[in-house]
Amino acid sequence: MKTYMKLAWRNLWRNKRRTIITVSSIFIAVLLSALMKSMQEGSYDGMVDMAVKFYSGAIQVHKDGYWENQRLNNSLRINDSLIDALESSDHINFYTPRIESFSLASSENLTKGVMVLGIDPERENQVTKVKSKLVEGVYLDQNDEGVLLSAGLAKYLKLNLNDTLVMLGQGYHGVSAAGKFPIRGIIKHPNPEFNKMLVFMSIGQCQMFYSAEGLLTSFVIMVDDYAKIPKIQHSLIKSINTNEYEVMNWEEMQPVLVQQIESDRQTAVIFKGILYLVIAFGILGTIMMMMSERKREFGVVIAVGMQKFKLKTVVFLETILIGFVGTIVGVIGSLPVIWYFYKNPIPLSGKSADAIIEYGFEPVMYFSMAPSVFLNQAITIFVFTAVIAIYPIYYLGRLKVINALRS
Amino acid sequence: MNIIEVKKLHKIYDQDTHPVHAVRGVDLNFKEGEFAAVVGPSGSGKTTFLNMLGGLDDPTEGEIMIDSVNINELSNRKKINFRMNHIGFVFQAYNLIPVLTAKENVEFIMHLQGRSKHDRELRTKELLEAVDLADKLNVRPNKLSGGQQQRVAVARALASKPKFILADEPTANLDSKSAANLLEIMEKLNREEHITFIFSTHDQRVVDKARRVITLDDGMIKSDVQV
Ligand SMILES: Nc1ncnc2c1ncn2[C@@H]1O[C@H](COP(=O)(O)OP(=O)(O)O)[C@@H](O)[C@H]1O
Ligand SMILES: [Mg+2]
Repeated sequence: MKTYMKLAWRNLWRNKRRTIITVSSIFIAVLLSALMKSMQEGSYDGMVDMAVKFYSGAIQVHKDGYWENQRLNNSLRINDSLIDALESSDHINFYTPRIESFSLASSENLTKGVMVLGIDPERENQVTKVKSKLVEGVYLDQNDEGVLLSAGLAKYLKLNLNDTLVMLGQGYHGVSAAGKFPIRGIIKHPNPEFNKMLVFMSIGQCQMFYSAEGLLTSFVIMVDDYAKIPKIQHSLIKSINTNEYEVMNWEEMQPVLVQQIESDRQTAVIFKGILYLVIAFGILGTIMMMMSERKREFGVVIAVGMQKFKLKTVVFLETILIGFVGTIVGVIGSLPVIWYFYKNPIPLSGKSADAIIEYGFEPVMYFSMAPSVFLNQAITIFVFTAVIAIYPIYYLGRLKVINALRS
Repeated sequence: MNIIEVKKLHKIYDQDTHPVHAVRGVDLNFKEGEFAAVVGPSGSGKTTFLNMLGGLDDPTEGEIMIDSVNINELSNRKKINFRMNHIGFVFQAYNLIPVLTAKENVEFIMHLQGRSKHDRELRTKELLEAVDLADKLNVRPNKLSGGQQQRVAVARALASKPKFILADEPTANLDSKSAANLLEIMEKLNREEHITFIFSTHDQRVVDKARRVITLDDGMIKSDVQV
């Protein structure tokens, strides 16, 4: 095998220019695909983080049917067995209770629909780090009677710190809800959509406002490792009464986001497929040329006693080696480029930025350094060079020693 | 004792379209230690005949026994192994693997035979010395002259310890001095080591060295003389 490897390696370099061109084309394909993949995975990570870390958490527990029909009437009553289940589950870093609903908010002569989040200030901060997003004023106390406004909303309603927010809505069982709340602080939520419509209240205050004493809409759970989400979800489902409660992970709660990522991935796969196909045909052309140039040489070695399968091994190795060298060069060349963008995400501006904000995401292009970014390219190239290697094997299979010698 | 027996050998190319009767009814025997030239004008069937002797091409009719083995009855795989162990080949040109050095080219065939490293190295040195190339061990073919390349090819052909060596116009691409030099070496190997050589040529100076001259004409044996 060592001899074959040596032969293959030397053959690879017998036409240096051609090999360098082939290797460069693979290098470019790997670089482009890795960059693209890195950018995609980076933005997905950003999107998921945005959705999970700043709002939904990894897993939520609701009253059964709440997610389908998000009304206060579908809320759950705090009880010990549920708390026990959450407390005793491994891998749950933090969890926090919430009561969420909609309402109308107004200042002197402006009105807007808002999303009211009744939170346990301490616990909520552990899960979604709201406190760090405070840009003005102070954070809520445990039983605070004031509210926090998202910056966009405050701006829209032309309200400042210590002004009063008036809210009108419908409470539990259709009871009308109304109240006046002093503004304790302004929060800049990284999700631009949310930034336009969030009102935070202490949970007690919120329950009072909605006449929903002792009720919650959800428990929001944060885990240390996203990969463990299915396991944790599963164990929670086992330990609580699922006739009464539903346990959902972020993917189930945000199917649109998941779908968006999936379809984006598929578009990219098509693009990369075309790119790799072009490269693959380039390699195939090189291999075909190389085979016909070496026809006589193949004739000689078979004549003097080399079995065809040994010769096939050599040319197979050569083909794989071209891909291998190209991949190595490609990955090594891509690493610093992607590392740079990983460290320096690209801020977006203009129309594309607006579109991204429209979708509720941060207008920044993040890059990922996940191993899959590089591994995917390596595997792809290995697979298609292995497929291309069928050609020389087929060629040698059909080669007649006498014809090869006469060429 | 005959090492090669050829009986009623025929070769017809393109039998279905434009049949060319390249070899027509050749009967010949070769003994161990011969130094035989196959001569004849271009197109007389020399290459066709030697290719069949070497198991590279199949006869249309007739049979070839080498060491009492009918080589035409061997499977492709077995034929390749048979060639490796019994026949040495020297072609007109481009005999060598360009990416291997002289030494590696000679070793190559012993590698295929699975001989030990020690064995290979010893014999390679011996053989390259025998063809006066002891100083070119690590040189690749493109850095060797045509005559030197043919001498490496002879060394390689001998490496497997074959029963005989087939050489189709080994001097055709060489200048007269290199040709004479190659012939001298072949002759010496024949005389001193009893290596059997069967070669074709249309160079009279090469023919003069042969001890048996078989003349082909239009695919038939015109004469077969011991000199
Ligand atoms: N592959 C082939 N197909 C058809 N005809 C061939 C082929 N090879 C050789 N011939 C013909 O067979 C005859 C003998 O050729 P060859 O054996 O090459 O003669 P020589 O080596 O003596 O010049 C010639 O007429 C040649 O044209
Ligand atoms: Mg000829």
